[in-house]
Amino acid sequence: MNHSEPKVFDFHGGLHLEEHKSISTSRPIEVAPIPPALVLPLVQHIGNPAKPCVKVGDKVLKNQCIANISGHISAAIHASSSGTVIAIEPRSIPHPSNLDVTCIVIETDGRDIAIENKLIGNENFQSLTSNEIQQRIQGAGIVGLGGAGFPSHIKLNAEEHPVDTLILNAAECEPYISCDDMLMREHADKIINGLRIMRHALNAKDCLIGIEDNKIEAYAALQSAMRDSDNIQLVRVPTRYPAGGERQLIYSLTGKQPPSQGRPLDIGIVCHNVGTAAAIDDAITRGIPLTSRIVTITGSGIPQPRNMQVRLGTPIQFLLNHCHSLEENIGTILIGGPMMGFKLEDSRSPITKTCNCVLAIHQRDVIKPATPLPCIRCGECTDVCPVNLLPQQLYWHARAQEFDAIQDYSLFDCIECGCCDVVCPSRIPLVQYFRFAKTTIWQQERDKEKSDKARIRHELRLKRLEREKREKRERHNRKKAALKKKPDQDDDPKKAAILAAMKRVQEKKSASDTNPANTDNLSAEQQAKIDEADARRKQQNKDTTSS
Amino acid sequence: MIINTPQVSSSASVSRLMLHVGYALVPGTLAYVWLFGVSVLIQILLACLTAVVTEAIVLVLRKRPVIKTLTDGSALLTAVLLALAIPSIAPWWVIVLGTFFAILFGKQIYGGIGYNPFNPAMLGYVMLLISFPLEMTRWPAAISLLEQVPTFQTSIDVIFNSGLGIDTISGATPLDSIKTQLRAGIDIPTTLISPQFGNLFGSLAGVGWEMVSLGFLLGGLYLLLTRRIAWQIPVAMLGAIAVLSSLFYLIDSNQYASPLLHLFGGATMLGAFFIATDPVSAATTPRGRIYYGIGIGVICYVIRTWGNYPEGLAFAVLLMNMAAPTIDHYTRPRVFGQGNG
Repeated sequence: MNHSEPKVFDFHGGLHLEEHKSISTSRPIEVAPIPPALVLPLVQHIGNPAKPCVKVGDKVLKNQCIANISGHISAAIHASSSGTVIAIEPRSIPHPSNLDVTCIVIETDGRDIAIENKLIGNENFQSLTSNEIQQRIQGAGIVGLGGAGFPSHIKLNAEEHPVDTLILNAAECEPYISCDDMLMREHADKIINGLRIMRHALNAKDCLIGIEDNKIEAYAALQSAMRDSDNIQLVRVPTRYPAGGERQLIYSLTGKQPPSQGRPLDIGIVCHNVGTAAAIDDAITRGIPLTSRIVTITGSGIPQPRNMQVRLGTPIQFLLNHCHSLEENIGTILIGGPMMGFKLEDSRSPITKTCNCVLAIHQRDVIKPATPLPCIRCGECTDVCPVNLLPQQLYWHARAQEFDAIQDYSLFDCIECGCCDVVCPSRIPLVQYFRFAKTTIWQQERDKEKSDKARIRHELRLKRLEREKREKRERHNRKKAALKKKPDQDDDPKKAAILAAMKRVQEKKSASDTNPANTDNLSAEQQAKIDEADARRKQQNKDTTSS
Repeated sequence: MIINTPQVSSSASVSRLMLHVGYALVPGTLAYVWLFGVSVLIQILLACLTAVVTEAIVLVLRKRPVIKTLTDGSALLTAVLLALAIPSIAPWWVIVLGTFFAILFGKQIYGGIGYNPFNPAMLGYVMLLISFPLEMTRWPAAISLLEQVPTFQTSIDVIFNSGLGIDTISGATPLDSIKTQLRAGIDIPTTLISPQFGNLFGSLAGVGWEMVSLGFLLGGLYLLLTRRIAWQIPVAMLGAIAVLSSLFYLIDSNQYASPLLHLFGGATMLGAFFIATDPVSAATTPRGRIYYGIGIGVICYVIRTWGNYPEGLAFAVLLMNMAAPTIDHYTRPRVFGQGNG
């Protein structure tokens, strides 16, 4: 532990927002009850969907793997309680796209019997290699629990690029969300041990934890969980949204900026979330796969906001009912925080690995999109943009659908934090325009790729047809010529054929007689060596036959 | 597509912004009324009426929401600024025509608020200055310099009754008198103590005008400290004027007016905090705003010192309006993660 806190770099822009966190941190983390049915989507992460390895009707136990990884960028799914698989079918999941995804539905038996430990727990992670750790983490289905959901084992691989600095993101900057805060207060030891495991796997030199300076209890808990020998730096960063954005936090702690369009790994930095660290500790030390997570249930539509440890797959409506929230009061439900969260369309959707917060807003408190006025170029958005973009210019080009110009203004560096939306005096939904521009550009690129492929295919086909035509003509001509020549050539075609065959055999023979090239033009010395080796070989052969 | 509005309350709005700019104009305007008479209030009233009527008619013709647009306050602000910029004793049709022109040709013809490339008030001002040079250069004298305090009736007569009695309340402005005297071969120190013009000058700049400028400075600082205007433009513009005028004043104080006269005389303070900071027509990048402010300051000084007009602010603003898109193009901030940082 380092007592002198290192310098914190100040990222551009950002906002001081009302926190609304204390409403959900007054009571300890509560274990949510087992719902009658668990809905486990095959996609709860970035990458390939998991492949189900159970059938409808199968009995499953808690922690049993029910869907395997498919490919490297994928994550396994485990049953979060015991019961029977009653369906494998598309269901709605909490995702901004609002698309249905194949889910394994388990009718729980309420007994919550866990499988005989299939994953191997190991108190002494030091004895494991990086590869073993990665495999176990992948097998445990662990993904980034901060919200991105990128399979964690990939971010623990230091083979491709050496990692100097491992950063643990404990900032949790969005209003209302307090699940990481509560996790740190109650399970700091798990987090620190998970961090040790990650550091071991990455062989990282430096290890930093970035925490917002409003989390006093969590800071103290982490500090007391650390040993002096850990050599981990616990750094307080000013409470300013979006201090917990990966890139912002990396800059705050190190003064280095991950390259635009690149990854932190490109500058030797890896950043993980505290929830992920705790899950890794569970998986490696105790052999428990990822089957639950801490979720903040909060907002003005919840009488007693709190944090709960929820089994993955628990329907959100079940949680809301458990918290005595009245359905008729709720105006809107967001998954995530008020800034970057997205609207939940179907409250029967389950809690997935990436759901950190269910924000149920009372209908009287819902902020409706205002009718926007024209942009007056006041530049407030520029002042608050943590990426130093010019949102007013991006907006201008997005409206005009000038997609080349908008990329020139670095559209794809936008992290969609929503700061510009909040300060805009004209109430323009700027991020919405930027998302629209991004998706349109992606679509155009896909279309272009498709049409390029089709064009190339077509051109190749034309070439092939041309070639076939030419070859046919040539064959035809040769045949014709041969027919014409025939009378002048050898009188006996059989004899000619025999001659030709003999010639071929001769050629083949001479070819096979050719010595390997590396024994040509040998020097006297080399020849002597070869002779010596031959002699030895002979001797050996003799020895083996005689014995 | 689902519209995701951040569920975070925000008090930012265009009309609120305009309202606060209006508040910030109060000290300067009060000083104006106190020291030069009520005629400026009549001008403001006329301008506001014209602006509202013009904008309403155009909005109806363009089939745009009338009430919602008018309540954004931008037309009223343009009107007030133009009324403060022209001589307060100009006949009524000057301000009416100017406001009409500013709203119609300065703003609505481009599509209304947010789309105008030029500062509407300054466009109106320049049109008036070029078309009606006589009316636009007859300024009121400070009440303290007059033999008789003008009554409300005098103001009404001057504005609505074809300038009746205007000679009793008008007088030369400091910048104007210096320019005239220099042309006649009389250097500035001599002008400052001459029996004819000497009493025009107070401790900073012109008698009366200096107080009005201080009022605008006060309001401008309010806007700066509450972060309602970008600090770069006024700081850069005032800085440029201060540096240039100091430099030439040090070289030859006989030929070049003092920095104080430049900063607190003429429309410098009004321009720096209220006119050049119009976000729509100004540069929008942080660094660009500095160049934009410097540009206005430099052009303003050049026109005042070597040009034909005693005041060059309006021309400076319009010229820099034209340059704003180019400035923005070359002054983009370095995006996070791009390049060395």
